[in-house]
Amino acid sequence: MKTIVIGVIGADVHAVGNKIIEYVLKKEGYNVVNIGVLSSQEDFINAAIETNADMILVSSLYGHGEIDCRGMREKCVEAGIGDIPMLVGGNIVVGKQDFDEVRERFIKMGFNRAYPPGTPIEKTLPDIKEILGE
Amino acid sequence: MSRYLMIDFGSTFTKLTAIDTETEDIIATANSFTTVATDITVGYENALRELYSKIGKEIKFDKIIGCSSAAGGLKMAAVGLVDELTLEAAKRVCLGAGAKVELAFSHHLTSDDIKSIIDKKIDIILLAGGTDGGNSECVLFNQRKLAESGLKTPVVYAGNKNCADEIRAIAEEYGMDEYICGNVMPKLNVLKVDEARDKIREIFLKNIIEAKGIKKIEREIDKVILPTPEAVLHAAELLSKGYMHESGLGEIVLVDIGGATTDFYSMCSASAKRSDVILKGLEEPYAKRTVEGDLGMRYSALGVLGALTAEEIRVYDEDEGVDLEKELLFRHEHVDNIPTNEHEEQIDRIMGQICVDKSIERHVGKMEEMYTPMGLVYYQYGKDLSQIRYVIGTGGVLVRSKHPYEILKKVEYDMSKPLELRPRRPGYMLDADYILAAMGLLSEIDPLLALKIMKKHIKPINN
Repeated sequence: MKTIVIGVIGADVHAVGNKIIEYVLKKEGYNVVNIGVLSSQEDFINAAIETNADMILVSSLYGHGEIDCRGMREKCVEAGIGDIPMLVGGNIVVGKQDFDEVRERFIKMGFNRAYPPGTPIEKTLPDIKEILGE
Repeated sequence: MSRYLMIDFGSTFTKLTAIDTETEDIIATANSFTTVATDITVGYENALRELYSKIGKEIKFDKIIGCSSAAGGLKMAAVGLVDELTLEAAKRVCLGAGAKVELAFSHHLTSDDIKSIIDKKIDIILLAGGTDGGNSECVLFNQRKLAESGLKTPVVYAGNKNCADEIRAIAEEYGMDEYICGNVMPKLNVLKVDEARDKIREIFLKNIIEAKGIKKIEREIDKVILPTPEAVLHAAELLSKGYMHESGLGEIVLVDIGGATTDFYSMCSASAKRSDVILKGLEEPYAKRTVEGDLGMRYSALGVLGALTAEEIRVYDEDEGVDLEKELLFRHEHVDNIPTNEHEEQIDRIMGQICVDKSIERHVGKMEEMYTPMGLVYYQYGKDLSQIRYVIGTGGVLVRSKHPYEILKKVEYDMSKPLELRPRRPGYMLDADYILAAMGLLSEIDPLLALKIMKKHIKPINN
């Protein structure tokens, strides 16, 4: 069974989408480690190390995701899990920006995929399966 | 009617407490120097003679049980994967079992780490790492490292259950003294301490007691059943929670200042006590113990000095008109010094104050400010002790001191450290007869009696 760490990064308390993601991924047969809202980069990384996770899935809905996610890949490298796939989605930047540019910025930050506001988890599932080699 | 004898083999003193079940009280107490280096029975018999002479006759006891912290107590090394997760969980297990965490290692063990395990004469190693089904690479690496080093120290394995078979195979191949039990962190952020703690206690009874020369005494007495700090932990929890219809004192903290260490215990629920904080970090237990190996009145006098900043030392020197560095050095070199004049009493009071202040600083929960789009919020790490009802003191310095209140008062909220969740206006009590460890032992056979005696003998301090 593959393990995926999910959570909401930064000072963000939006819990509903987080629960939906947990529900869907569990139904798909994944071992979901949900670290919940108000989670720091370190919380994600520590959880991934202890649970030997195959993927980290970061959510952010309050517009500050870009600041919260910066430097996360570097920390993964430092912690010895530099190759772990990381996905991010939600309202991850301030205001309405062209998402192609936003995606480019997050890919540069070391994320494997970035999803625009309102993307349902069902839509990202094929990507998750592909990345995990299923 | 029954009579019980409780023995506490301490590092310095062997303390006896005789109890009568009919009067529901202590008959007498006595103590004598511990003689663990030669034959522990000598010190025990000296204390027993003193006890009989206090009572005025020899009496027969229906049950004799003991606890021990002699010969350095139980020294453990905690090994985990991530600092904040399995290593923290492993440390909590050791402390809850009454051990002193001499060494703590995260991630891969190195040859130097193994060397320090040998040098420090560690009694038991607790090996953890990985949630169940999680990381197994690190614990297996560490297990192999321990195996290949040829260490004979007992190892308790309480890591990822998925690799328990491989761990067992390595242990058998190398002839290690290894015990496998449930994971201390089966799921992320979920603590399960009981199984590993019971295993540590079992090994303590089987191996350690023999190694520390306490086995000899087992001919005379029924059993040594606990490491002393665990007995104190049981007593404090009982005193806080009460037993059946006999009420307890509610939420309390207990500080035990010894010659070598300062133990701090808090008995209170770990939930957030104010609405503007968000709890972070591992879940905290109701009964929590921490032990500071560098804070003590004599053997650790230099540690006390090390715990202070240069500025703090200067403030003490100026306020009290002393030369703290010189005084602490003297006490480190003269561990049997007992204050005989006002100046020496003053130094002991200052040292006690520092031990209390620093040990609670390390034990107490702390808040962290966090600026968010919703404004300022607080994260709370650890336990909020602000609503604590009583602070109880024990240990030679407090019992002998003319100013126990002045020493214990250092636990209180301090304006210069506003983010520490210290007690605010608690009541103060003193275990003047040193009965806590004995009552922890008694609580194993008769909790109600132990509680009644504690409520009688632990008295409020008038300030």
